[in-house]
Formats: sequence, C-alpha cells, structure tokens
Amino acid sequence: MNDIATLQKIASQVRRDIVRMVHGVQSGHPGGSLGCTDFMVALYFRTMKHDPAFNKDAIGEDLFVLSNGHISPLFYSVLARAGYFPVAELSTFRKINSRLQGHPATHEHLPGVRMASGSLGQGLSVAIGAAITKKRNNDDRLVFSLHGDGELQEGQIWEGAMFAPHNNIDNLIMTVDVNGQQIDGPVSKVLSLGNLRAKFEAFGWDVMESEGNDMEKITSALEHAKTLTGKGKPVCNLMHTQMGFGVDFMMNNHKWHGTAPNDEQLATALAQLDETLGDY
Amino acid sequence: MKQFPYTEKKDTRSGFGVGILEAGRKNPNVVALCADLVASLKLDAFIKEFPDRFTQVGIAEANMIGIAAGMTIGGKIPFTSTFANFSTGRVYDQIRQSVAYAGTNVKICASHAGLTLGEDGATHQILEDLGMMKMLPGMVVINPCDYNQTRAATMAIAEYEGPVYLRFGRPVIPVFTDPDQPFEIGKAWMVNEGTDVTIVATGHLVWESIQAAEKLEQEGISAEIINIHTIKPLDEEAILKSVSKTGCVVTAEEHNRFGGLGDSVAQLLITRMLAPQEFVAVNDSFGESGTPAQLMKKYGLDADGIIAAVKRVLKRKEA
Repeated sequence: MNDIATLQKIASQVRRDIVRMVHGVQSGHPGGSLGCTDFMVALYFRTMKHDPAFNKDAIGEDLFVLSNGHISPLFYSVLARAGYFPVAELSTFRKINSRLQGHPATHEHLPGVRMASGSLGQGLSVAIGAAITKKRNNDDRLVFSLHGDGELQEGQIWEGAMFAPHNNIDNLIMTVDVNGQQIDGPVSKVLSLGNLRAKFEAFGWDVMESEGNDMEKITSALEHAKTLTGKGKPVCNLMHTQMGFGVDFMMNNHKWHGTAPNDEQLATALAQLDETLGDY
Repeated sequence: MKQFPYTEKKDTRSGFGVGILEAGRKNPNVVALCADLVASLKLDAFIKEFPDRFTQVGIAEANMIGIAAGMTIGGKIPFTSTFANFSTGRVYDQIRQSVAYAGTNVKICASHAGLTLGEDGATHQILEDLGMMKMLPGMVVINPCDYNQTRAATMAIAEYEGPVYLRFGRPVIPVFTDPDQPFEIGKAWMVNEGTDVTIVATGHLVWESIQAAEKLEQEGISAEIINIHTIKPLDEEAILKSVSKTGCVVTAEEHNRFGGLGDSVAQLLITRMLAPQEFVAVNDSFGESGTPAQLMKKYGLDADGIIAAVKRVLKRKEA
C-alpha cells in the first residue's frame, strides 16, 4: 500500500502532467483537474483494487466512472502513471489521431476508459448500472463515481439520486467535487445547489463530507466511505476542493475552468510542482 | 402473386414480449429495464420468470439509458423499454454518448411508434425516431412488420454485440410471416416477386403493401415487395437487384418522409442506380388523435396510398 508521502509525490507529478498537457495543446480544463488530483491519486494508488492490464468488464475489481469528463487531463495522467498505457502518450492529448480525446472515449480503445463522458449528468446513472451488474454477478467490489458540483444542475443526476436509495444500491460511492465554481462563475450565483447534504439525505443517501486537497484526509475519507457500503444505502461523498489547487494563480478562479496557460504561466506553475516521477 | 393467409391478428409489441422471454431463457445475461410501462411493453411474462433480472426505473428515461449503459460493464445485455418517443427524442444525448459513442451493448426497445399509437395523439406519435437513430454511427435500426418477425428480431438482437434500436407498435394486425423464420440483421425479405415496380416497405406498411399489390395485380400491374426490417445497415444489394429489374421504386413507412427508410433508399439510388422513387410517408407533419385505421388513411399510409404512389412512379418511369 502506498504511504501518504508516496501519494503526494505522485500527485505532484500528475499536476505537472495536467498543466503540461493543457499547455501543449493550448486547450483543455486544468482547474477541475488540479482540484481533483489528490482524490484520484488516492483512488487509483491506494483505495481501489484494480488491474492496469484492463479487463473492460472489471470482474472482481473496483471500478471508477468519471462523469465530469472534462477533467480528462487528470484521468489520463493517473491512468498512465498507474500503468494503463505509456506515459509518453500523454503528449498526444487532444491532438489529431490520439486515443486521448478531449473528453474520455471508449471509441479509441484507450485502456482504463470504460465509458464515454463529457456531456454532463450521465455518469451517475452509468455507475448505478455498473453497480447493479456487480450485484447480479455476485461481485462484491465497489463502484466509484466522480461528479462536478455544477454538473448536479443536470436533471438526470436527480433521477439517479432518487433511484439508487430506492433500490438499495449500497456498493456505490459517489463523490461530488464541491469546488463552488462553474464556467459562468460561482455555482451559488449561476444556479445555487442549496444544502447538498440535506438534499442527498432527503433522497435517502448516506452522506459524508471530506477535504479533497489534503492527501491524508482524502485517503482516510475514502477508507471511511468504504465502511459505509453494504448497509443498504448508496454513499455520497461531498468533497470540498479548490479549483486549480497546487498552482497559486489558478486557485479558486473559475476562469481556469477551461483555459490553457501560456509559456510564462506554465513556467510559473511548474516551479510550484516538483517533478517526482519524470515528465513525459 | 404469392398468398399470405393468416389465422390470427396480434400486435408487434406482443412479439417483443415473447421474444425477450425466450432470449432471457437462452441467455442469462439478458436483462430488462422499463420506465413505468410494463403492461404496455408486454413485459409481464419476463418479469414473472426473471424477477431478479428486471429493473423498474420509474418515469425517468434518461436514467434508464444511463443505467443500461452501465450494466454492460460486467457483461449484461440490457433491453430498455418504453414508448418510442421516450426511447429516442427524450433521451437522444444519453443514447448518443453512453450507448452509441461508447459502443455499449444496449438494446433500445421502443413500442407505440408512429401514427398507429392512435388516440393519445401527436405528443406520443413519434415519426422522427428512425431518422434520429439511423444518424448515430454504429447504431443498428430495426422495424419489424408483424408479431412473428418482431419476436424473431428480439431474439436475434440479443445475439448481436452492439447498440440496437428496435421499433414496434401497438395495433393488432395480421400475423403473416413464418413463425420459425430465421432473422438475419441487415438482410431483406423478398415478400413477393414482381416485374413492374419495387415496393420497399418496413413495419406496419408491409401488410399494407401486400394489400396494395393484390389490388394492383387485378389491374395488371406486377409489384415486387421487399421487406426492409433493418433500416440500418440497409440491404443495398437486395434493393438494387430489384430496382434493376423493375426500374422504379415506392418506399413505404410509418415515419416522416424526412429521415426514414425512403431517405436511405433515395441516397442509395442517387449514388448507385438512378430510378424514379415515390414516398409513402408522413409529409413532414405531426400526427393527431384518431383510431389507427383512420390515421393511416388520413395520412395516406394505407394500401390506397401505396397504390397511388405506384401509379405516380409508373407514370414517371414511362415518361
């Protein structure tokens, strides 16, 4: 099992990958990617049982569904660093003839991706479906999903939120990246989500909250989430993060949702992030 | 011409109900989902026999499509079921991303398609679904013509790996195809051989085409009828072979004239074999309330409508 220091080193490299990938093609979404880095590193390098040999059906493995597909730079970096495909391929992100499409695609057969995402609001339903199949296959591994907070404005999320507790989908841990930002500004101004804990609890979920940008805290939060599974209720982890975490000028600013850094900004960003595993 | 005696009338949705039950018996991975229309989709028998393989999603079709896509991770073969309108237009983006683009092995099964839904009116009578579905890359689109063919198609798509849209309907019509027919996706059925005109028909219009051909025969016109149950992939060779013989074609479908089978045939002919074509289809309008028979007559989708189209196309062929 990777210790916290090791996970932090991986996270630093993944953050370098993210800003370099987005800079390299002058396109992509660094803000949410950086904010969710600690969570996804914890998930893939400690919490989940998974095999980079990639069995698409995930039999006997935990599986992850990325619903907010625009944080693909993070997803790709973590998959590559975990051994799903060569790290060098990260340089092809969003470029022509690449398996690393702007938003995750199964179409290009990139190992580690089991579902297309990008059009928001669909991943909770997909995760629920995968969780049902796990139960029917007597597979006791878990399904994890990640969603943006702005994404919760999509109605389909609430169809899923209603369905999962009614059907006792208790092998599912849904994490919401509560960073309070979306493209047009703060979520509270664009379309307030109100009291998310109360909403999910009212729908019948087991709700917990976590700090997403502290490796020790997010790692233990995920361990805690696992202890809540198998008790008849789906688990909702409201994870508080800062968009752009790790790069000071990108932090907490919705302008970095989908903007690429220029050369100077890249240099500033990389100076804040240690190269721990070697750049691609 | 060939005779099509029948002993009973049934709805195609009942063919789906029997087909999914038999597919479920054959393959334990076949699972069903429904959005609050179990009785309308004839799913009772499947649910009774396989209660643990059925998922009731409530009135939440977007969620149903997403759940079905997710269920394929781990090897299940989900059949979603609701009315055709809620199976397509309501959930187009969900199908596009989580089913078609993702290439998941989901079977979208859609009842009450077209005008023959009847009295509920235009909100429910989708006439654009074939077009929407056939535009999705990789989507197989099937519209069977009677109870037996729907049953056979339902069983066949369970064996096929990939996304499928299966469209059927509500009205009770003659059961005139072979109960033991083999169903091959993408393979047209030669209903009746003829020499003067090719009628390419799908769904409920196949029976109407037979009625039309019988009347045309009395007037000395020999109609070849081809049943295209698979709109996509289209059996191009079967159509070209027939049109090379007859020199003209009438397409017949319970769908808007834009986007349906007629469009596909026209695109084929314009690129491979120029020939006059007439469309029996809804002329870019919504439907309305009425009995199925009244609606099919009013919108020209019956045997009389087909006969009129045949006469128009023959005139153009001779010109």
